Amino acid sequence: MMANKHLMPGIAAIALLAVFPLLPVPPFWITLANNIGLASLVAIGLVLLTGVGGLTSFGQAAFCGFGAYTTAVLTTAYGFSPWVTLPLSLLVGAAVAVPLGLMTVRLSGHYLPLGTIAWGLAIYYLFGRIELLGRYDGITGIPPLNIAGYPFLSGQSIFYVIWVFVILTAIGAQNLLDSRTGRGIRALRGGGQAAEAFGVNIIRAKLIVFIFAAIVAALSGWLYAHMQRSVNSTPFGLNMGIEYMLMAVVGGSGYIWGAIFGSAFVLIVKEILQRVMPELVGTGINVEMVVFGVLLVAILQLARNGLWPMVARLMPPKGQLQIPTSVRKLAKRTLAPAGSPLIKVDRARKAFGGLVAVSDVSFEVKAGQIVGLIGPNGAGKSTTFNLITGIASLTSGSVSYQGQPLTGNSPREIAKHGIARTFQHAKILPDMSVLENVALGAHLRGSAGVLRSFLRMDREEEATLLAEAAYQLDRVGLGQYRDRPAGDLALGQIRILEIARALAADPTILLLDEPAAGLRHGEKQELAALLNKLRQEGVSVLLVEHDMGFVMGLVDHLVVLDFGTLIAEGRPAEVRRHPAVVAAYLGGVA
Amino acid sequence: MHLDATIATFLIQDGLTNGAVYALLGLAIVLVFSVTRVIFIPQGEFVAYGALTLATLDTGNVPGTPKLLLCFGVAAFLLDLWSWRRDLKVDALLRNIALNLGLPLLIYGAVLYLAPLQLPSVVRVLITVSIIAPMGLYVYRIAYRPLADASVLVLLITSVGVHLAMLGLGLIFFGPEGLRAAPLHDGSFTMGPLLVTAQSVLIYLMTILIMIALYFFFEKTLLGKALRATAVNRLGARLVGVRTQLTGVTAFVLAATIAALSGVLMGPITTIYYDTGFLIGLKGFVAAILGGMGSFPVTAIAAIGVGMVESFASFFASNYKEIIVFGLIVPVLIWLSIGAIHHEEE
Repeated sequence: MMANKHLMPGIAAIALLAVFPLLPVPPFWITLANNIGLASLVAIGLVLLTGVGGLTSFGQAAFCGFGAYTTAVLTTAYGFSPWVTLPLSLLVGAAVAVPLGLMTVRLSGHYLPLGTIAWGLAIYYLFGRIELLGRYDGITGIPPLNIAGYPFLSGQSIFYVIWVFVILTAIGAQNLLDSRTGRGIRALRGGGQAAEAFGVNIIRAKLIVFIFAAIVAALSGWLYAHMQRSVNSTPFGLNMGIEYMLMAVVGGSGYIWGAIFGSAFVLIVKEILQRVMPELVGTGINVEMVVFGVLLVAILQLARNGLWPMVARLMPPKGQLQIPTSVRKLAKRTLAPAGSPLIKVDRARKAFGGLVAVSDVSFEVKAGQIVGLIGPNGAGKSTTFNLITGIASLTSGSVSYQGQPLTGNSPREIAKHGIARTFQHAKILPDMSVLENVALGAHLRGSAGVLRSFLRMDREEEATLLAEAAYQLDRVGLGQYRDRPAGDLALGQIRILEIARALAADPTILLLDEPAAGLRHGEKQELAALLNKLRQEGVSVLLVEHDMGFVMGLVDHLVVLDFGTLIAEGRPAEVRRHPAVVAAYLGGVA
Repeated sequence: MHLDATIATFLIQDGLTNGAVYALLGLAIVLVFSVTRVIFIPQGEFVAYGALTLATLDTGNVPGTPKLLLCFGVAAFLLDLWSWRRDLKVDALLRNIALNLGLPLLIYGAVLYLAPLQLPSVVRVLITVSIIAPMGLYVYRIAYRPLADASVLVLLITSVGVHLAMLGLGLIFFGPEGLRAAPLHDGSFTMGPLLVTAQSVLIYLMTILIMIALYFFFEKTLLGKALRATAVNRLGARLVGVRTQLTGVTAFVLAATIAALSGVLMGPITTIYYDTGFLIGLKGFVAAILGGMGSFPVTAIAAIGVGMVESFASFFASNYKEIIVFGLIVPVLIWLSIGAIHHEEE
């Protein structure tokens, strides 16, 4: 029971919700609670979209409209049963989100919100103009929901329907975040570059959250239509879209339960402003917009994570994550036989306009080797590295992996070959735990999708992924930090964390971009020992490095670049004496 | 009704007139975005404030905006005091008092004195602009400056909050009724079959004049160059000694001035309500998005296009006018998106 202590507030809240309509409260409290439930659904979608995914939309009210109008038309004009229209309403919401999402997810982040403002306005006007939707008068006479002949007519009865949907949606959303797909979505806010290097399709991840947000908004609209039993275009305008955003911001970015808190907060404040203020001031001045506008700006300035974290601090802490020890082992790649060619760079060239950063460079990495790529500043090391990892594209020449060309492949496709990398400027997700950061590396070794995650049917696979991540953390010596937020680690530890993440991908080759930079002497020795051990296990390494002492004692083969051209390669001892290398590093006369 | 040459020329003129105003607004949006990364959604409220202030001045009454300006100034003053609470310097305090309290008080006093005098329309326009333009300063100080390092997304949500607050303030200070300003010049002349009003000529002239002024500002003045430097590289500009807060303030004051002028130009040709500005501003946005949020010339040309589409849509499908105009961004987003894919593969 101790382990489940953090569930207590949730159970208490559900119990309170269950008895709330039975209490002798004024009827408008019930109405308010119903509206909070409806708004919570939309806000949960926005939290996922904005707080977690780093995208945003002001057009969520329009998606509610699609849900509401779909069921209104089908039940009144075509005699459908409300339960039949539920999937149809959600489907329409999703169908509207897909094209808008496809249009905007590839663009910089501000196009989606701007698009949703314009889109939201256009759709709002459309609702009020279309004959089928009853123009501005809307549609009335929508049948109530019913189960086995019992109609949900009263506010008290529909209360239960609404809140069951809210709680199920919140739990599902929570499940989704705590999964393989969810890690991909949570990686979006960090720019997604690291996630993509481990095989996350970030375009798809963005679309998934946008469509999810649209579907829950449509669900809210469907419920609204059957609660109100009539619809018109008023509640689906841009102002409501902004209000939903306020709820998500008040609740806080990234907190599913915060969405419900934020909805309650905003709607209760609104109720007070509309009911109490006029009695107090005695005039009909509408201060609601001013208050909400100021509130939105103030929260962003003073508490950008919203108010929920302050509430959450009062709750009992979550217990330590238990990782089952007896789990199925993940399948491992068969490594190429030692000495066979793994990566072949053939006359690779990269020109930025007139500047040739990499000029016809050729070299090879053989299986089981550690190869160092060195050179003075501006030699083209990082560009060469980016050409191999697919971040930059070749002007001419080719890069191949075990004979298969990598040219033109995206980082995501390159990751599928078992090529795992670290970044020069470490790209971790500071809010996620160390363990989850590493588990992101194992993304391609799992297969659970949105639905399995949402319904919690991914647990066995998820356990194996987490166990693998924990194993890699122990392997690099960061096991004790498993449950800490990755942002708490020191720079040197973060570099090691990136290596653990790369190892979680079960790589045949590791590409390390300046792994020793920022490490202390002892840490460098540990890193060298780790890389040596990996070599013995058959994993190849290509590393870009500045620290000569570190490189010389470690690598089998050195490639030296200067001004974009390869000036020497060979065993470290040979390269060290090479006149061109001496000249490039010491500036002496060759 | 059938479209004939007379109607067509009328629609073209109408489209050009509105398009010219959208062009100004689009330019201000691009200006603010490139310098501060703020998507300036409250611009529409500045337009409405400008138009409604001018219309109130036309009647010889004192508009609500000077009082609002004073409120903004007091808020900015208090926020400055709060941020300096540990380290208060006398000269900074005096400057703060002059800027945040002195300036709005001066404007407030001047308006109280001048409003009933029934001055010529040019003076009324000048008064209007000098009330609205400093609001850019205070809005920047109050809402955006504390968030100068936030992400574009956070700044965008902030903008929406500012929009909502200013919309509400517009309702409180001007009420729900719409107002129409008197034309700055009510003459007109015929050009062949076309009746050209002096007001529309004024709009064209004003638009061209502002564009020329902006060009000279950015090309020839040090402050203008500092703004461009900030737009290209914020950190780099700061490293070479550009005060990015100053460039941010400048961008906001310029944008508020342009918005107030747009309101002054729009005020006499259409009835403006407290919430009309938002729709007008959004059309500037459609133009700015068409220009990729970065190009001044493309934005200006796109704005004329938006005006034209709107004008013809109001003839052929007046019910669907707004839907068609806002729907315009759909093909643009598709176009930009395809460009983005291409860029990725490049």
